[in-house]
Amino acid sequence: MSAPGASGARQFWRRLRTQRAALVAAVVVALLVLVALAAPLLTAIEGQDPTTYHPSLVDSARGGVPIGSFGGVSADHWLGVEPQTGRDLFARLVYGARVSLGVALAATVVQVAIGVVVGVAAALGSRLVDQLLSRFTDVIVAMPLMIMALALLAIVPSSFPRPVLVALVIGLIGWGSIAKIVRAQTLTLKGLDYVAAARLSGWGTWRIARRELLPGIAAPVITYAALLVPVDITVEAALSFLGVGVKPPTPSWGQMLTAADVWYQAAPQYLLLPAGALFVTVLALTVLGDGVRTALDPRAASRLRVGTGRKREAKA
Amino acid sequence: MTGFLARRVLGAVITLLAISVIVYVVFYVTPGNVAQITCGPRCSPAQVQQVAGQLHLGDPLYARYWDFLQGLVAGQDYSTGTSVQHCSAPCLGLSYQSDQQVTALILAKLPVSLSLVFGAMVLWLILGVGTGVLSAWRRGRLTERLLTGITLAGVATPVFVIGLLLMIVVCGQLQLLPFPQYVAFTDDPEQWAWNLLLPWLSLALIEAAAFARLTRASMLETLAEDHIRTFRAYGVGERSVIGRHALRGALAPVIALNANNFGSAVGGAVLTETLFGLPGIGQELVHAVKVVDLPVVVGMVLVIGFFVVVANAVADLLYAVADRRVVLA
Repeated sequence: MSAPGASGARQFWRRLRTQRAALVAAVVVALLVLVALAAPLLTAIEGQDPTTYHPSLVDSARGGVPIGSFGGVSADHWLGVEPQTGRDLFARLVYGARVSLGVALAATVVQVAIGVVVGVAAALGSRLVDQLLSRFTDVIVAMPLMIMALALLAIVPSSFPRPVLVALVIGLIGWGSIAKIVRAQTLTLKGLDYVAAARLSGWGTWRIARRELLPGIAAPVITYAALLVPVDITVEAALSFLGVGVKPPTPSWGQMLTAADVWYQAAPQYLLLPAGALFVTVLALTVLGDGVRTALDPRAASRLRVGTGRKREAKA
Repeated sequence: MTGFLARRVLGAVITLLAISVIVYVVFYVTPGNVAQITCGPRCSPAQVQQVAGQLHLGDPLYARYWDFLQGLVAGQDYSTGTSVQHCSAPCLGLSYQSDQQVTALILAKLPVSLSLVFGAMVLWLILGVGTGVLSAWRRGRLTERLLTGITLAGVATPVFVIGLLLMIVVCGQLQLLPFPQYVAFTDDPEQWAWNLLLPWLSLALIEAAAFARLTRASMLETLAEDHIRTFRAYGVGERSVIGRHALRGALAPVIALNANNFGSAVGGAVLTETLFGLPGIGQELVHAVKVVDLPVVVGMVLVIGFFVVVANAVADLLYAVADRRVVLA
């Protein structure tokens, strides 16, 4: 595994580029991020916002079914309106992208930060420190993420901003496997000659960790982090679907699906749009994660033939 | 083997104790007023005072945790103002919002959740391992491409999305099945199975995708090993090489994944129960979280943690049986 300097990064991009599926996935992810960032702009072009009620657009006599064909699709409301409230679906969908991607990214950053600190500390610390941190990590790994997140969300005061809270909760519980990977990788690197050389020339533990070990653990950490993002998206969506994650009026894809089954006949897009958005996002991120893994560890990938690209790299 | 067994069981017990300490500390050192939260939003100040007395909130935390452990092992008495309620052996406390004992509440809901998870597990192991073996066998052909695409889609679909779609298509549009309603196995085994069919499928399809990917990778790795080449060189048929020799070598990581995934499958079960309205512990947990019934939440988390830890221990044992080298390590 090469330390990613300038040449390492270039090599990484070249290997990622040869995989067609990963490339397509990267473009899709880039588009999704763009949509999330440009949500206010996009809704401004449409002339709508995600929270305004439009009671005149739903038929209150029929329980709030959107008026008009295809669930109220019109020039003003590109994807129709939400049943009962009449809120604009396009606006809720693009603002939902902000919540889904933002929460998942923030949660992953927290997971990686804690995991790297705990993993490196366990590998470099004394025997006792290692034992304590490793056992603690084992316990964290044994606690089911969804269940703990669900339970923790019960006790935090509701005044706390909800998306931040969900990201923190997922991050604080889900760092166990990263810590294990980082510890194992650091232990391997610690035994290598160049680290021993650094120690012999009188470098302190902190400087060795920062200058010699961190670049070496970057590859597995990036690989694992890339695969964690889609998992975190699913967890956020699940929590919001259960009604304990992101609370209305903030739109989130999971939360939009909570009531969607009642309306599938009158307004099928109310179900299909958030479901499709979740599917495409998680799929693209998973394929991209696989691609990143192949690009960072081509030996393992070609041994297992996990790579989805058909063109093999000509020269390493 | 006996030493390994003893070590593993001891490890599981310690992990459980550690989980209980973390859960207890996190939930009873909350920023809010614990007595108020436990009692519920509609309690009068006098009732809150009484709950604070019952929970011994004046005592230091370790003393309360010790009481809690004693309750688990030996039972406990709770005074609810006028009468005294005895909570017997594995006592997880009282729900202050429904006046029920948490242990009884969980025991009443447990059969539903166990039916769901174990039924689905049978399905996802068969589907996942079967798909993985098939795509390793047909490597490079159209079958493998199709299966790889399908499993990738399965990995990317949240369990509640596939559940929603299945329910709408099968029960709503095609009307092949009625909307699921839980029937106890002891009442009517046939109805039990029919009503659980869709929840089983929703949970199993998603989990099976992960297993298919792992089984395929593990099979391909095993197929590249020398002893497989030796079998082939001796003229052992491809069917036997794949189905007997390679599969055996590839199964160990699958067993490990099954244990690791048990936790996430329990999370999936919570979603499935909520979606299909099955009265299991997942649905109860979501309810308890929404009304902030702390003793119920803590009890549920501990019981689920118990199952996950036991699943991990069992997997380690199976792993050791499948691969004798593990015992020596």
